[in-house]
Amino acid sequence: MSPHRNSSKKNCPESANKNSATGPGQSSFNVLVLGLGNILLSDEGAGVKAVEELQRCYDCSGAVEIIDGGTIGLELLPYFEERSHIVIIDAVKTGKNPGTIVRIEDPPAYFRDRTSPHQIGLADVLGIAAITDKLPRNITLFGIEPKQLSTGLTLSTEVAQNLSRLVDMVVAELKTIGINVRAKNK
Amino acid sequence: MEAPLNAQYIRNLIMGAHGIFDHIVHFYHLCALDWVDIVSALGADPKATASLAEKLSTWPKNSRHEMKAAQDRLKTFVNSGQLGVYASGYWGHKAMKLPPEVNLLAFSHYLQALDYQQRINKVVAILGSKTPHIQNLAVGGVANPINPDSQSALNMERLYYVKTLIDEIGDFIKNVYMIDVAAVGAIYADWTTYGAGVTNYLCVPDMPLDTAGTKFELPGGYIANGDVSSFKAITSFKDDYFKENVKESIKHSWYKGDWNRHPWEEETVPNITEYDRKGKYSWIKAPTFKGKPAQVGPLANVLCMFAAGHKPTVKYATGTLDTVNAVLSMLGSSTRVSVNSLHSTIGRIAGRAIRCAVLHDALVSQWQALIDNIGKGDYATYNEPVFPKGEQMGFGFHEAPRGMLSHWVVIQDGKIKNYQCVVPSTWNAAPRNSEDAKGPYEAALIGNPVSDPEKPLEVLRTIHSFDPCLACAIHMVDTNNKKKIVKVRAF
Repeated sequence: MSPHRNSSKKNCPESANKNSATGPGQSSFNVLVLGLGNILLSDEGAGVKAVEELQRCYDCSGAVEIIDGGTIGLELLPYFEERSHIVIIDAVKTGKNPGTIVRIEDPPAYFRDRTSPHQIGLADVLGIAAITDKLPRNITLFGIEPKQLSTGLTLSTEVAQNLSRLVDMVVAELKTIGINVRAKNK
Repeated sequence: MEAPLNAQYIRNLIMGAHGIFDHIVHFYHLCALDWVDIVSALGADPKATASLAEKLSTWPKNSRHEMKAAQDRLKTFVNSGQLGVYASGYWGHKAMKLPPEVNLLAFSHYLQALDYQQRINKVVAILGSKTPHIQNLAVGGVANPINPDSQSALNMERLYYVKTLIDEIGDFIKNVYMIDVAAVGAIYADWTTYGAGVTNYLCVPDMPLDTAGTKFELPGGYIANGDVSSFKAITSFKDDYFKENVKESIKHSWYKGDWNRHPWEEETVPNITEYDRKGKYSWIKAPTFKGKPAQVGPLANVLCMFAAGHKPTVKYATGTLDTVNAVLSMLGSSTRVSVNSLHSTIGRIAGRAIRCAVLHDALVSQWQALIDNIGKGDYATYNEPVFPKGEQMGFGFHEAPRGMLSHWVVIQDGKIKNYQCVVPSTWNAAPRNSEDAKGPYEAALIGNPVSDPEKPLEVLRTIHSFDPCLACAIHMVDTNNKKKIVKVRAF
């Protein structure tokens, strides 16, 4: 994963809850936060940009691993093992306005109909994890509606404007799971 | 400049492990499903499957119980309505010819391969810090500190763990992967007559064995018109035969202008126009060697190493062809295969398995060389580079899993002035070149049978046999129709 790139000009939220750390004790959790996408194709990279923002602005306790999954496929499989929860962030087509955020539980259901056995992407890795009993019980997908998928390193205005809200929702999700997430004191 | 011996060996180990990982994943997880009918495996008799496997291999995980367990897993999966990952396969397609038992055997190995690919990838992760996108490479060597006695460096414990992983994968390659490829190749022996395409083969020498990079574990070179006796070696990075003969054309590519240039002279100025089959129609440039399109990849590599008389390659190529012929004989077929059968769709799949075994031998010898060198007290892994002033032109090449990869750079006073990557899938997926000669994919598809135009499985077989690069695809969840959209933008 690349170190913090200040690609986002937005500031991190105020660290109002910086003293709310409650200490360890989450050892029963093992959470993966996975940002997916191709950052060379503008909004396709929203998931990756979101995990970069998450890491830039928040400290999570040791029970969380945050990774930039990029466009890799089968190599994600080892990261799924022995997780209690997986939170995936990706561009998702809902047909709504660009920047719309959706939360999907049990995303494998969306892949049940038809996927390609030849392009190993998220759907395939989830399928393979299922057949080998490596799929964790709790999988949540946070999606953001893309506007453009053309070649380009920057997000569309609509997606960029909603990125911190997306990150806030992921943070809220992590807190619901029981993870101690603190805004970085910057 | 030179890289320390340890750095060469560590890089070679990463290259070899990565190649093995890629070849196994390609066969079992990317292309086997073009040939293996998973649904048919549900009707196989696990006992008959095990006794068939017994005839082919000594692999201990071919027992009746293993086969039954794989079949049960598949049944549970299918019964839960989650064919998921396999749902769009062309099950029941009339071009599928494997008997149910072979399909079950292949499926059980598909599951086992998931485990083994992960193990060999650990070698890449241990030596490269992570995978994919290793972090240890540096100009002048590698960033791995070696200290046999330190917990925080590359030490003996780590190196022996690497050796264990190498040994485990060797058993899998030789007793499972090569056998499965030979069995599939024998049953689909008609596919040795389709998909040859461009039979100019290009590869480069790889795995440098000295600090200056002048001697290599694996030879490379060029074969023209499928004639193995025409092989001419590319001997080193300094060999003009390689350096002078690579060019790219953009006559049919969406870049500004129409030229045919050496990579150092190239530019990449996108100029998207209409899709015009007579004009510009592709983002891919058309690379040529000596003015001709060339096929790159494991088959090109194997044929060139075979032509060079590289002993492990000759051994594994001959051994694989012998196994195919033995299976053909078992099947009562009078067809026999030879080196010439490798110029084909199924030949590219066989070439990959042969190369995988060759890489494994190389991995074993590179590991030993590293241990021996450390044993001499040499812990160096890095020479500080000195960048000369003025304009510098250079290139690097590597025989990557998908074929010959070269990067070309022009540096002006320490800054990059031009950088061109001429990558394997560009060679194979090239549009027509400046003389309108067809690239390997296009040429390979000519004459392919397509029994059902609505389900062009045979086209997939040939294209997948090249192991197209996929990272340029868009994968997206679509909540409306609950179907995943896959749009392939470019290979």
